[in-house]
Amino acid sequence: MRGYASFLAARIRVLLQYRAAALAGFGTQLFWGLIRVMIFEAFYRSSTAAQPMTMDEVRSYIWLGQAMLILVMWGPDTDLRDMIRTGGVAYELLRPLDVYWVWFTRCLAQRTVPLVFRAVPMFVVAGLFLGLGAPPSPASAVAWLGATLAAILMSAAFATLISLSLLWTISGEGMCRILPVICWVLSGLIVPLPLYPDWAQRVIMALPFRGLADTPFRLYLGHILPSEALPAIAHQLVWTAAMIAIGRLMLARGLRRVVVQGG
Amino acid sequence: MAAVTVEDLVKSFRVAERQPGTWGALRGVVRRRYRTVRALDGVSFELQPGELVGYIGPNGAGKSTTVKILSGILVPDSGRCEVLGRTPWRERVANARDIGVVFGQRTQLWWDLPVVESFELLRDIYAVPHERFRAAHAELVELLDIGPLLDTPVRQLSLGQRMRCDLAASLLHSPKILYLDEPTIGLDAVSKLAVREFVRRLNRERGVTIILTTHDMDDIEALCRRVILIGSGRILSDGPLEALRAGVTTERRLIVDLADGTGPFESDGAEVVHREGARVHLRFDPALVSAPELIARITSRNAIRDLIVENPPIEEVIARLYGEAGC
Repeated sequence: MRGYASFLAARIRVLLQYRAAALAGFGTQLFWGLIRVMIFEAFYRSSTAAQPMTMDEVRSYIWLGQAMLILVMWGPDTDLRDMIRTGGVAYELLRPLDVYWVWFTRCLAQRTVPLVFRAVPMFVVAGLFLGLGAPPSPASAVAWLGATLAAILMSAAFATLISLSLLWTISGEGMCRILPVICWVLSGLIVPLPLYPDWAQRVIMALPFRGLADTPFRLYLGHILPSEALPAIAHQLVWTAAMIAIGRLMLARGLRRVVVQGG
Repeated sequence: MAAVTVEDLVKSFRVAERQPGTWGALRGVVRRRYRTVRALDGVSFELQPGELVGYIGPNGAGKSTTVKILSGILVPDSGRCEVLGRTPWRERVANARDIGVVFGQRTQLWWDLPVVESFELLRDIYAVPHERFRAAHAELVELLDIGPLLDTPVRQLSLGQRMRCDLAASLLHSPKILYLDEPTIGLDAVSKLAVREFVRRLNRERGVTIILTTHDMDDIEALCRRVILIGSGRILSDGPLEALRAGVTTERRLIVDLADGTGPFESDGAEVVHREGARVHLRFDPALVSAPELIARITSRNAIRDLIVENPPIEEVIARLYGEAGC
């Protein structure tokens, strides 16, 4: 365990160097958040039907989405891609460590550091000026925190799957362009999930993606009651475990075909 | 018990063949053609603990493939392999604790971190107890003279500095076996000597079993008593360096510096390899004419200033061996 923990700490130290990128990301997300809030305000004003979420809830939901966006925005891990391309990946196998958990740890650091960099200022700015409300009760806040931790794990497991796909595709560009879009739609980052038609919700609720955004956001809003938090978090964790299992299978198969070239 | 046992190891790779031209590329999409390359074709050898063996061969001979199988990265198609009694690819993690590997062309240090942090990370990864780590760390820092480099990020090190740090990194967990894959590649003369001296001491004083892969014949001559030569996936020879040399050729070299650089030169019983001004390189077979005899003949006919007798350069021996093996 100590090996993985040190590895995580080292990755975090490296990633802490990328503060400018985080600042730029924060600016972009603020801008898009404002646009999305305006779009929904226009919708709500022009509609007379009763909606499953109030506009205040939608506003908070959007700002939470902007704060946590990095969990659903996976870029290819360029270090890892270079390692696979040049064969440096062999060194990973020289360590007395389980390669899956090493990669998972990488991805975990890769999610966590930018998340903190972007989420904290977003909470401050959106909370003070842009209508992000506080959770209705301490219980909701605790449930939200738990679900957010589970979402980070899920995001890392997802990112690990994407990294693993590099063993087949080498570049990973395609995966990294298509997958996030699908995830944005299905996790609630484009339109909050409660606003989807009932038939679509039934499918989406079973899929893993809502665990990345919708689950923690609705716990925050109290839209999912704290008493219903356990099954919601269990849904996240079961899917995370499934992704880890799939990832380990992929790795076992992938390593068999990795031919580390050289005389 | 042998430190490393390799028996009849076979490993082949499938390489996709591209056909030339646009039409070929299109056909390749529908139907790929593969060619099988036998990287290892029945390799066997055994290393005793404390041995330092040179593992040489031309590019693509199967050297790195062997090292990768020994470190558990690659799984062979068939054959048996034991490192300290373990099969590397079945017990990769346990095997990894007992071996150290240095690839000259790559670094195992973390590019963005200062050297010392890479070392501490390795300590945790290999779960080296703090006491033992401190001792190993202090010893390696002194032997390799890397004290002043410890706080520098790896990306700012020169190649020679990086290689010394890489050597230290591979030894922090006190492995019993060390694989060195071209450790002197690209290094300047001073760094090469430092690396060689370190490897020699490591082997003599600490008894670390070392497999050294290299194209640098000076490394081999300086370090290895035993040399395993591999070509096209087969072992061509295995034994002392001198036996290898004798097996290829018994010929010797004579270098003559003439007093008069422009005059004619006559020799009897030796063949002129090439001549640059006053210096003439000759080769001769000591079975036909002994060195004193040849020198007597030459001095009787030419005015000379200096003479050197030497063995054919090891590079030439190796090149000839490669040629014979059809590599």
